[in-house]
Amino acid sequence: MALPANNKRRVLVTGLSTFWGGRVAQALEQDPTVEVIVGLDTSEPHVELERTEYVRVDANYSILARIVKAARIDTIIHTFLVVDPTQMSRRAMHEVNVIGTMNLFAAASASDSTVRNVIVKSATAVYGCTPEDPTWFSEDTPPSRTLRRPIERSLDQVEGYVRDFAEDNPHVTVSLLRFSNVIGSEIITPLTRALELPVVPSMFGFDPRFQFVHEDDVIRSILFVLDNNLAGVYNVAGDGLLPWTEVTSLCGKSTVPLPPYVTSELLWPFKRLGIVDLPEEYMNLLRFGRGVDNRKLKQLGFDYDYTSAEAVKAFIEAVRLRRTIGDHQPSYRYERDVEQFFRHSPAVVRDRS
Amino acid sequence: MADQQQPKATARKRPAPSVTPAKKVATKKIATKKVPAKKVASRDLVHVPAGTVPKEHNDSAIRHGDVDEWGRSETMRAAARRMYDPIYNRWFRAEWEGLEKIPADGGALLVANHAGAIPSDAPIIMHGIETELERPVYGLADYFFRKMPVVGTMWSRLGGLPAHPDNAYRLLREQRQLVLVFPEGTKGPSKLVSERYQLGRFGRGGFVEIAMRAGVPVIPIAVMGSEETMPILAKLPSVARVVGIPYMPITANMVAFGPLGAAIPFPAKIKLRVLDPVTFNVQPDQERYSKSRIMDESEKIRDQIQAELYNMLRERRSIWRG
Repeated sequence: MALPANNKRRVLVTGLSTFWGGRVAQALEQDPTVEVIVGLDTSEPHVELERTEYVRVDANYSILARIVKAARIDTIIHTFLVVDPTQMSRRAMHEVNVIGTMNLFAAASASDSTVRNVIVKSATAVYGCTPEDPTWFSEDTPPSRTLRRPIERSLDQVEGYVRDFAEDNPHVTVSLLRFSNVIGSEIITPLTRALELPVVPSMFGFDPRFQFVHEDDVIRSILFVLDNNLAGVYNVAGDGLLPWTEVTSLCGKSTVPLPPYVTSELLWPFKRLGIVDLPEEYMNLLRFGRGVDNRKLKQLGFDYDYTSAEAVKAFIEAVRLRRTIGDHQPSYRYERDVEQFFRHSPAVVRDRS
Repeated sequence: MADQQQPKATARKRPAPSVTPAKKVATKKIATKKVPAKKVASRDLVHVPAGTVPKEHNDSAIRHGDVDEWGRSETMRAAARRMYDPIYNRWFRAEWEGLEKIPADGGALLVANHAGAIPSDAPIIMHGIETELERPVYGLADYFFRKMPVVGTMWSRLGGLPAHPDNAYRLLREQRQLVLVFPEGTKGPSKLVSERYQLGRFGRGGFVEIAMRAGVPVIPIAVMGSEETMPILAKLPSVARVVGIPYMPITANMVAFGPLGAAIPFPAKIKLRVLDPVTFNVQPDQERYSKSRIMDESEKIRDQIQAELYNMLRERRSIWRG
């Protein structure tokens, strides 16, 4: 009923040139029930896309309402949320996460809006990371302390907008996915960078348990939630927790203990030299770790392809392969004219529809 | 499961997007059918391999260690048991009564009195049950331990974990484990020698509520002797504040053995008496339990342990020989 007459989705993907936006769009292109995919970003996509329409927009989505209306978008997949504080400054992150989400929802809640599904990709960082934490956070466990760190607060504000939007638009299926530490053969995060260092940083005297989710499971969970019209909040994380020393040992690395007190002050010179770049969120993770309960989504029928340990194994196997054969990813560059030709030129024979 | 039927409660507990009525229907439909995989299959989507058998997972083939989700390592525990055995048998000469009241399987919440500046009762109870009953015991304690480098990690590997109600529930109800808790908290071990064997307040009765929710019995244990292993002569609250620890004691052990011997307990004879399991006859998994009932039960258990301690003290002829 929510879908147009031909029952095909018209999807808007935010952050098309990010790791997640590009991969979500690629996966959606394989889905015959998805008719239109519009991808937004400030820069050009990094992955090859067949039928996704790329629109370059400001980070604050000023023309978003027009795009939603013009393309009769019914599904928004909001992947453009920065969860890695090393990617940009705090100010830029606020602009992208909070202001971007605010404008996106403003556009999606216009009175004549056609939007019926919204999926937001958040992170388990919103649970915080303190010694009082339970071993497993479920979706409704509140953070043990007031969130103070930039990423945590930023995502918490974003989730506030998601909650408001869901309350104001009861006809829209809103799903919020909270992803654990993502790892896999391709993604680069502060943790994967740390695990590729000659010696991996750890916190002296601490050996917290880490949870991981494989990058493929992340994409699969987004599609699962979309296909099954699931509303609500879901943790997405692999089974099992691994002590940090076991993670490093699986990666064949030894650890260098960081001082557990006044850590950031002592690391400051190294940070300036670019030797260690661990944001404060990760310093704390190296003390206390974090586990989230993944059973809510599993009970609805989602099967993970990877446990935490299997995801780490997939990561290190990819690292080993790259070490031997080099990084032979086919490099792709977005050429506007070429992309336009394949999508819209009458000269191209299309066998679809 | 419950949170899907009560989305409002979920939203109240945490500022997260609430499930609105329209969506609740969608979620419920799938939840009641319990076969969303089939639903996916009928829509003939390529990217979700419907109907395929979920991948087999075998983490034990990959993993390098045996640290469980709570941080406990059976290898480390076994090594610790070997090391602790002479202390348990020769130094403290620990002696149990009523050990058969602790079930051989199923969850149970063990509740004991707590004493001594560095309390020996926790390792003694855990060691005794693990060696005699051959089943693990998880010890709940203040999250304070988790903040301490080295000590926190050791504590975790040896079966300690922060006393969060979610942790206790999962261990007791879902994993049917034995869980040890000292409801006095730091009020027990921080007592002065003059207050020995006077039990402190049993927290806010949280242990009773957890046992009710998890549907497990509370098994009270009276421990005699731990008070004398490390008696506190005086406390230095200002030092404790500066160092950031709950209490800073001057123990008789420091006086006797000097600063280097501060961690050596006196060889007091330890006697442990397991009391009859307490069951509450309430439905598990309730949202709330009567606060007055909880306080009554908590007080009753405290009184039982206190009374038993007095009995044991009446029978004790010598601190060192029992």
